[in-house]
Amino acid sequence: MAEVTTAPVVQEKEPLFGKKERKLITDPLTDNNPITIQVLGICSALAVTSLVLPSIVISVAVIFVCAFSSLFTSLLRTRIPKSIRMIVQLVIIATLVTIVEMVLKYYSYPVYRQLTIYIGLIITNCIVMGRLEAFAMANKPWRSFLDGIGNGLGYGVILVAVALVRELFGKGSLFAGSPAEMKIIGASPDYMINTLAEGSWFGWYSNNNLMVLPVAAMFIIGIFIWIQRSRNPALVDVS
Amino acid sequence: MELVNIFLKAAFVENLVLAYFLGMCSFLAVSKTVKTAFGLGLAVIFVLGITMPINWLINEYLLSETGPLGFDFSFLRFILFIAVIASMVQLVEMVIEKVSPSLYNSLGIFLPLITVNCAILGGSLFMVAREYNFGESVAFGLGGGFGWFLAIIAIAAIREKIRYSDVPPALRGLGMAFILTGLMGIAFMSLLGIDPAAFK
Repeated sequence: MAEVTTAPVVQEKEPLFGKKERKLITDPLTDNNPITIQVLGICSALAVTSLVLPSIVISVAVIFVCAFSSLFTSLLRTRIPKSIRMIVQLVIIATLVTIVEMVLKYYSYPVYRQLTIYIGLIITNCIVMGRLEAFAMANKPWRSFLDGIGNGLGYGVILVAVALVRELFGKGSLFAGSPAEMKIIGASPDYMINTLAEGSWFGWYSNNNLMVLPVAAMFIIGIFIWIQRSRNPALVDVS
Repeated sequence: MELVNIFLKAAFVENLVLAYFLGMCSFLAVSKTVKTAFGLGLAVIFVLGITMPINWLINEYLLSETGPLGFDFSFLRFILFIAVIASMVQLVEMVIEKVSPSLYNSLGIFLPLITVNCAILGGSLFMVAREYNFGESVAFGLGGGFGWFLAIIAIAAIREKIRYSDVPPALRGLGMAFILTGLMGIAFMSLLGIDPAAFK
């Protein structure tokens, strides 16, 4: 105990957006990505990546929940007894997720129906809980908030990237269901590239049904991990 | 017959891991050897089979408008469900420790992990979304747990063998686990024929 009390407390000046703070946001996007490196939060939400729109919605929801649960947990971190910290964290997360669910239900019911249970499953998304345990319980509120945003973004980037591949090759469209819907390729005159019309695309291109199935997300993430690790051998599993 | 149907469907066609990616974190983290996978799989069957009927009762009698409280409390659903799961896991842990120390020793470390396993909460939320009755929710819980158990044992066995194969270094470990899960998903789909709804 003696060391703790006698050590002089150095009041470090903490800039709002210093180098360290920026790193908190950019790190999870690349070398410390929650999905491909930390292996957190692969659960559930991957099943919704067959379309881009729901993936964006779920990413925004995760960023919101991750950021604010980190903020609140960090504010309360000195007051939470160690024995019940899990329950406190779960209550904070569950409350935020309930808010997200209500907002989504009110503003966009069709998307809410599409996501069914996956909004609720953000509660058990390991990223949220994992970052609370690993970061927010030991850091100041502002930095925890940034860490939450960074990890939410890192998660969203992978989710949307998978969804772009799956929707383009599986359905031939992008952002279906949103006002910005783009019909890229398909067997009807509505599409930009009409495979029924005479031309170089005639008759040989068709949508890949594998991409519509949930398992496609697994292959695509496997390939992302492969690319990322061959570019940066330091990340390769030793085992 | 209807219940058997739901059990088989939950275990194979709508496998919680391979069709919905529920419980993927522990599925990938704890599937390095068959022995540990076996323990976790049993624990999941157990907890899923117990929490599902309890959450059904809570949803029916506490949260719904037609229950004795007469008010729509469904906005409390997430908090109550996760609280039930967390406390059931704790309770199950204590009971097993008392009744069968040998089972406790083999399951021990996996039980707390289950609280944050999405398969458990996901199962309960599916039960609400699909409006199952009590019997159906029990069958769905046990079937879902059994499917999860089968899936994790199968991937653990494959991962034990693939350690001796010549996998590209960058794909070793996690990357290979993802691709194996995808392949197993396809294999499971063919068990009862491919669901035509998936192609719409």
